[in-house]
Amino acid sequence: MKITESEVRYVADLANLRLTDSEIARLAKDLDEILAYMDALSELDTSTVEPMAQVLYQSEETATLRADEIIPPIGNAAALANAPLAGAGYYKVPKVIER
Amino acid sequence: MNGVASLTIEQVQAGLAARQFSAVELAESALKFAQAENPKTNAYLHFCPDRALAAAERVDRKMAAGESAGPLAGVPLAVKDVIVTEGVRTTCGSRLLEQYIPPYNATAITRLEQAGAVILGKTNCDEFAMGSSNENSAFGPVRNPAALDRVPGGSSGGSAAAVAQGTAVVALGSDTGGSVRQPASFCGVVGVTPTYGRVSRYGLVAFASSLDHIGPFGRTVRDAALLLETMAGRDECDATSAFAPVPRFTAQLDGEVAGTRIGLPREYFEGLASESGRRIHQAVALLEKLGCEVRDISLPATKYAVPCYYIIATAEASSNLARYDGVRYTSRADDDTLSGMYRATRGQGFGAECKRRIMLGTYVLSHGYYDAYYLKAQKVRALIAEDFRRAFTEVDAIVAPVSPSPAFKIGEKVDDPLEMYLSDIYTITGDLAGIPCMSVPCGKTSEGLPVGLQILTRHFDETGMFRLADAFEKAGGFAGAN
Repeated sequence: MKITESEVRYVADLANLRLTDSEIARLAKDLDEILAYMDALSELDTSTVEPMAQVLYQSEETATLRADEIIPPIGNAAALANAPLAGAGYYKVPKVIER
Repeated sequence: MNGVASLTIEQVQAGLAARQFSAVELAESALKFAQAENPKTNAYLHFCPDRALAAAERVDRKMAAGESAGPLAGVPLAVKDVIVTEGVRTTCGSRLLEQYIPPYNATAITRLEQAGAVILGKTNCDEFAMGSSNENSAFGPVRNPAALDRVPGGSSGGSAAAVAQGTAVVALGSDTGGSVRQPASFCGVVGVTPTYGRVSRYGLVAFASSLDHIGPFGRTVRDAALLLETMAGRDECDATSAFAPVPRFTAQLDGEVAGTRIGLPREYFEGLASESGRRIHQAVALLEKLGCEVRDISLPATKYAVPCYYIIATAEASSNLARYDGVRYTSRADDDTLSGMYRATRGQGFGAECKRRIMLGTYVLSHGYYDAYYLKAQKVRALIAEDFRRAFTEVDAIVAPVSPSPAFKIGEKVDDPLEMYLSDIYTITGDLAGIPCMSVPCGKTSEGLPVGLQILTRHFDETGMFRLADAFEKAGGFAGAN
């Protein structure tokens, strides 16, 4: 058993996901199977291997600094157009701080 | 207008130049045809006729004024619904973004429209591009035009189906673990995953940022190559986009492939369904007939690619999908507290596969498991990339199957996520290494199901890849054979 239902609840909490009991049970089964399969990696000796975080390739030196030019942003109204709730130029959310 | 379903880009250009039709007439007839055909496959989620006709009018005006209207003038294009289009709904196949209208265009979209392309609509896909069958779309699965009871592959299944069905001349998809090549092989069209960084990811809704690519679909190698050369190249809006100059791939489809050294990785031929295997071996024989030198090679880390990929991709996805929290992107589930609102929104909004991957990704990044899973997978990724680097000192191209089997039945694998993940076994390695790779049709099974041949080359050698694919396509008579 790689993962229990209570661990699934803990991870769901970290991931900000509200799951139903049946989803928890299903995920425990699926993740257990998938994680067991992923254990195949442990048979490889990687003690001398550098981790690869990004695709790397040979390339010439390039000037990576661009000209410092002002480009107009999309603007407040356009940025907020998809907000479920907005007001006074901001996103609105349920109250966070009690007074 | 007849024959809209089989047009190539070259034929569109010739028709416009000869005044056989105007861009507006072509757009109107393509839209009418696509809308009438769409119920068969569910390939498009929505159409954008106003935008299409406006683009076509611009082309007609330029041509009337004697100006160049661009290499893609009037070409009907379908766009996977994970690529943002200003003012046109972009859902990512998710309930969460059902009403999302982006305030900007992806760089690829901007470049293609500047070149005269006419976007007809947005295509169906697995939710947030997570899937290998298109069955994870919140808006219903896509059916394969070659066999309507079968999946088109995923996650860019709608784009592949549209090109195969003839409801677009070319299409854009995205590939993170095979999401362009696998559906291309299942539907019998050409699909290309360019070198990582070749096409700007600006405006491609992020799934796994170190693996995501935008890639083209076409009914011919030439069309896919032309789409790629038009949208590729450095973009300041994507820091990972490459500075490498973009060659004119289409100017080098000269058929000169004799002497090309081709490697057949033995690990890609284990567990291959017999009929698909026969088509691949016939394809290899054809390449030999064209004068290519074929030899066996080994990519020993291949068997670790699936676990490696599903750790890295889900880890990155769990982070990228954190932004869908009910604050910015249209959907919100009500709750009294902020954290309750986040949780309810995400719990109700994401489909089962997205939740599975967010959970898996969160788990492999969590305290106590990071080293064993995520860091380990990054090291294995380095081994997979090293396999390719070494192989390419001996060969110029690698040829392999795209998928272990042809298109499977709708519903066949939905209850077994691991089985579904294993269908990506031959495609995820190219994404992990970041090399260019593509699927080109190489025939059909006795049931009439398309089989795709995969070609992989060195970083930034799309030129060699397209040259080989084009020569193969012509020699085998596979162009437009959907």
